[in-house]
Amino acid sequence: MKKALTRLGVRPESIKRAAIAMYEAEINAVIHAHGGMAIVSIYPDNVKIEIVDHGPGIPDVDQAMKEGFSTAPDTAREMGFGAGMGLPNMKKHADSLEIETKVGVGTKVIMNIKF
Amino acid sequence: MGKLHSVTLNRELCVGCTNCIKGCPTEAIRVRDGKAVIDETRCIDCGECIRICPHHAKSAVTDSFPDLASLHADHPCVALVPPSLYAQFGPPATRAMIICAMYSLGFDYVYEVALGAAASSARTKEILDQKRELAKTLPPEEAAAIFPMISSACPVVVRLIQMKYKALIPHLVPLDAPMEITARFARAEVSRKTGLDPENIRIYFLSPCPSKRSATLNPLGHKKSEVDFVLGIHEVYPLLLNMLEKSLSVAAAENKQPPLCSLAESSGVQWASAGGEAATLDTEKYMAVDGIHNVISILEEIENEQLPDIEFVEPSCCFGGCIGGPLVVANPFSARARMRGFVRATQEERKEKPDTFMKPDMMDPHIWDVPLSENNSMRLDENIETALGKYEQMEKLLETLPGLDCGACGAPTCAALAEDIVQGNALETDCIIKLKEHIRRVAREINILDL
Repeated sequence: MKKALTRLGVRPESIKRAAIAMYEAEINAVIHAHGGMAIVSIYPDNVKIEIVDHGPGIPDVDQAMKEGFSTAPDTAREMGFGAGMGLPNMKKHADSLEIETKVGVGTKVIMNIKF
Repeated sequence: MGKLHSVTLNRELCVGCTNCIKGCPTEAIRVRDGKAVIDETRCIDCGECIRICPHHAKSAVTDSFPDLASLHADHPCVALVPPSLYAQFGPPATRAMIICAMYSLGFDYVYEVALGAAASSARTKEILDQKRELAKTLPPEEAAAIFPMISSACPVVVRLIQMKYKALIPHLVPLDAPMEITARFARAEVSRKTGLDPENIRIYFLSPCPSKRSATLNPLGHKKSEVDFVLGIHEVYPLLLNMLEKSLSVAAAENKQPPLCSLAESSGVQWASAGGEAATLDTEKYMAVDGIHNVISILEEIENEQLPDIEFVEPSCCFGGCIGGPLVVANPFSARARMRGFVRATQEERKEKPDTFMKPDMMDPHIWDVPLSENNSMRLDENIETALGKYEQMEKLLETLPGLDCGACGAPTCAALAEDIVQGNALETDCIIKLKEHIRRVAREINILDL
């Protein structure tokens, strides 16, 4: 995605925001759901990033949005992840963040970054 | 408007193979009509193609060695010698001997670029301190985002950032390179000593790489370079070696030391090896990364904010740092070992004869006064909607290409060919696999007609 946005001549600040937001969402999907699917749609004035997984879901979204709150396993923490900054970082860098989640079914994160 | 480059192609030697297009980190080369063509807007003068070309068709344009005897008097010639030059010679040659040999070649004044490097180190330390102070006043996330600072000593890295990592431009140390700092100082000092107009002084820099010459033609962060001519170390090497051998035998015969010159601190000398600059900054939170492809992956990480806790990054395009430049003679491994010897000798000399050393605060490194421009050559089109259309076309085309990345079409990868086709610079049948399919189809159709 980053490469594509660069080729399209998107401002570096916007590319950076999109790249960080997407990276955090991907890491979450990998840590909690052992992977998922990313759909990136680029429009002339914004990019929409959807990350869909079939993991455990988020029981309390408000709690998950709090900085420092993390349910990441120790194995992820040992690798420097799971500091509880993923969702807050996504919220900070994206212009909009929607989370559709169902415990035991999975999570869909939809972010939008304006150029 | 055209950019000025040092890396160039000798069309006669080029056989149109795919070595250079594959090694180019910015995909700036294509083979067209059997010869390599460099896209000047994308070339960052790293010199990878010079190293890789088996036919020596790529070279760096440098200035030719001056006829020093005919100049002189009202046009004094100043040589700026970088610390990477020392590493071309092993013991018993010392730094003082190498500098004296430069004088013997006919230069009127010789200045160590390590002087400017030491001054830059001192100034960079102050800038880092200022950043740390600033960070204390900011919320933690913003504070983290102002680091790491990135060294601007390697012009290739600066140009790469201008093109592919524009968000990192504010992270660059905004100081003139040691070559410029030393040149400015030398011009002023020689003018003072001789009473001549500074414009009459000719400043020659001995370069380990093509990018330093490009930086004099197309300056970074300032309007005009203080360096007038750039000589490749590989071209001066034989002359210098000859002179050193002569002076060594003379010194041995007469058992006397060569005359001393005003010397640079070890903090400047050690810049020649990768990590040498960073190690002078009194922080352990630094990272030194060498080799252009490694540099690319680290810049990527910095841009994605994946390198917390690092205050300073020293990227060098060449493996080993400047001692691994494309225009040096010694291999970077011996050079690195020798550099350690030169640094240690400098430290010992500094203890014994502190008066012969120049204090780093004698020079004042200039802060960049011309903002770095962005290089938009990666952009598919000025208009984002047109660019989007082209990008979609490229993706569709890419699916139809074989994905071998063989380079036979003249582009380094299938994706690069797809781009060239969309931009109107290549044809689908430039792909030999596609061409084969095409011919087979035509042949089949002819067969059907025959029946």
